[in-house]
Amino acid sequence: MTANGSRVFVSGNDAVALGVRLARPHVIAAYPITPQTAVVERLAEMVEDGSLRTEYLHVESEHSALSACIGASAVGARTFTATSSQGLLYMVECMHYASGGRFPVVMMNANRSLALPWNIYNDQRDSLSQLDSGWIQVYVEDAQEALDMIIQAFAIAENEKVLTPVMVNLDGFVLTHTYELVEVPTQEAVDRFLPPFKTTNKMSFEAPKNMAFTATPAHYTEFKFQQHQAILDAATVIADVDHSFGEQLGRYYGGLLDAYRVEDAEFVLITLGSVTGTARVVVDQLRAEGRKVGVIKLRYLRPFPVEELRSLTRNAWALGVLEKNISIGYEGTVFTNVRSALSQNGTTQEILNFVAGLGGRDISRGDIAQMFERLSSVATTHPANRVIFVNLGVETA
Amino acid sequence: MSRHTVRPPFQPKHIADFPCGTCDEAGHLVETLSSWRTSTPEVNLQLCTGCLRCYLLCPEGMIVKKNGKVAIEFDFCKGCGICAHECRSDAIRMIARRE
Amino acid sequence: MSQTVSRPLNASTLDEREFFYGHKACGGCGGSLAVRLALKVLGERTFTAVPAGCMSAVGFVYPQLAFGSNAIISTFPGTASMLSGIAAGARALGIPDFHAVGFAGDGGTADIGIQALSGAIDRHDRIIYICYDNEAYMNTGVQKSGLTPFGARTTTTPAGRRLRGALTQKKNMFEIVAAHGIEYAATASVGYPQDYLNKIDKAKSVSGTSYIHVFAPCPTGWGTGSDVSIELAKDIVDCGLWYLAEFENGEFRLNRDPKQFTPIQNYFNKQGRFKHLLPEDIEQIVKHRDREWARIRKQWIRISPPPAVAGEE
Repeated sequence: MTANGSRVFVSGNDAVALGVRLARPHVIAAYPITPQTAVVERLAEMVEDGSLRTEYLHVESEHSALSACIGASAVGARTFTATSSQGLLYMVECMHYASGGRFPVVMMNANRSLALPWNIYNDQRDSLSQLDSGWIQVYVEDAQEALDMIIQAFAIAENEKVLTPVMVNLDGFVLTHTYELVEVPTQEAVDRFLPPFKTTNKMSFEAPKNMAFTATPAHYTEFKFQQHQAILDAATVIADVDHSFGEQLGRYYGGLLDAYRVEDAEFVLITLGSVTGTARVVVDQLRAEGRKVGVIKLRYLRPFPVEELRSLTRNAWALGVLEKNISIGYEGTVFTNVRSALSQNGTTQEILNFVAGLGGRDISRGDIAQMFERLSSVATTHPANRVIFVNLGVETA
Repeated sequence: MSRHTVRPPFQPKHIADFPCGTCDEAGHLVETLSSWRTSTPEVNLQLCTGCLRCYLLCPEGMIVKKNGKVAIEFDFCKGCGICAHECRSDAIRMIARRE
Repeated sequence: MSQTVSRPLNASTLDEREFFYGHKACGGCGGSLAVRLALKVLGERTFTAVPAGCMSAVGFVYPQLAFGSNAIISTFPGTASMLSGIAAGARALGIPDFHAVGFAGDGGTADIGIQALSGAIDRHDRIIYICYDNEAYMNTGVQKSGLTPFGARTTTTPAGRRLRGALTQKKNMFEIVAAHGIEYAATASVGYPQDYLNKIDKAKSVSGTSYIHVFAPCPTGWGTGSDVSIELAKDIVDCGLWYLAEFENGEFRLNRDPKQFTPIQNYFNKQGRFKHLLPEDIEQIVKHRDREWARIRKQWIRISPPPAVAGEE
């Protein structure tokens, strides 16, 4: 029996909606925001035509969207929401609430820049600013991975060792609005892969509970420790889920990260999301010229692939972290995370931070080729400033 | 049961002693609050007509029905005095003491 | 819609179980009485949501959990949205015969919580939203709220030589929710407990959203003795600064129309928070009350309270 029912030509947003329908959430509560809107629109169409049976709430804000999902999760329902940018920030209080309360909500986030200035195009400042919120975060590269990760996200979130909400990130417009051929699994295959949501972390009449309570200084730390440990434990669950998904539905993604031509690479670029595709093309071009380069796609930022990253980059001469983000006044957040993980490698490899794509500025193959050039020169020059704004359009000196 | 009982104090030794996340049994009580009182209500059963007004209006749920009249429990009585003030038969008075 | 009352709801027939018990509210807290009574009417098949505020602060400090039935704290702005989610989740899971009720204070209802409340009513979600009104943000130390009455001293509307307390009127939440076309809304007071019980009972069978605004004195914030909370909650209705009313089937109905109001000054004299008011302030307050009542008496239907029973009122 084939697990995949059809092949369709759809956008990243459409693929998310298809994945959500297959996952059978009990409650969907989401507020429209560019460039996520097609997700909530497709889901509404699916509710209308009867192909998606769910309680679809027209909430009046993003804060209410996640708050409603938490309420539904608190009675044992499987829930989904979606947002982007300003909407993500509006629900930040509820994000900490969902993770602290151990509610396995799944959220799609369309990576979009943050005001001010206002900008609706793609960068990753929104989700990266929320790495401390206690959510598992995964970044997908294409529409197929988007659909597949929505399904996997529920399996990971609802695992009793994890019980942590999961954010699935798609680059806004670049991935949400571009089209590709996607394999859509059959409902039967997904039902076999993803069992119904069962939990004791819920209110019921059989076992009444008091939930989302206060903890004094005497107890608060222990609850945080539990959460922290759960995300660390999630790494094994993620690997297991990736493996099962591959076995049952035919596609493996490599778990916490994906490494391309890194084994003997001297210069490695670390990327997030859809720009990885462009990076691989550049890697192939440079390899054809005899250059030893590779690219690592970080799929998950929480949990962070510390060991995997260390072992893969041990022999590299220099590394570059390419991210569409900067923690203003210091360095990119992904860069900070990578450097911390590698600080114990005992090597003196240079790591550069390529801040690119802010506010939707395009990242070309030429830009990436230049990044590898930079890496090959710093191995000997050890620059004072490791944070590089790529393609700044004006002189600054 | 008509009301939850107070159980021994929570003294965790291992992380597993904690509930998973902020979720625990409804009505999980570990301490009484009678130390808050500076005065204590006393019912005069001769004057009590069993109208149940005090039972209705006690914010703590400390007053119970008993033999057609009322009795006051004291685990969470804070001595607010509403029962004495609102009794239409003057059957409850507040005594300035703790028990 | 009418409801056949098979057995009158009163102190004798009320569920004897206590569902809000062991909490750490101040002695004499009107809000805690409002929660206690409502939960006895609603029974054990109830999911309760309580936002940041007094009732959550006193009822949910681990490991002392004072709600005897299912209850959860919501974010401060999110009581109504969490309730919408609870109701939707329970519906989707096929859980039958449940009540989803929220108890929010001034802030959680009229200010930071008003957006979510508006959305829930707009969706006609089957939830019961109860606002326990103690006329300030009590949990954080008696700061002014949208429900603080004109002239009241709070910590952010101090009464001094230049300004004498709050300078604005209470937000009219009852009419705001009515303007949404809510299925059922009511005003109540813990000073008229039978009326309050009846209104909760009625809300149980509303197949849409219900809103009950219950006046709940706070001895700590008002500067009153802990024993006069019920008395004050009756006084405010008797002097006309609060009314007992319902909104149902698109019509406003006054449950109680006093032939004569008791003096507002008497009500104020019992409370520290009004001690600074001058005769001209009282006059202004009386005039405002009279204007409101003239409007209410002209526009609303005045009939007797919902089917009730032997109660002192």
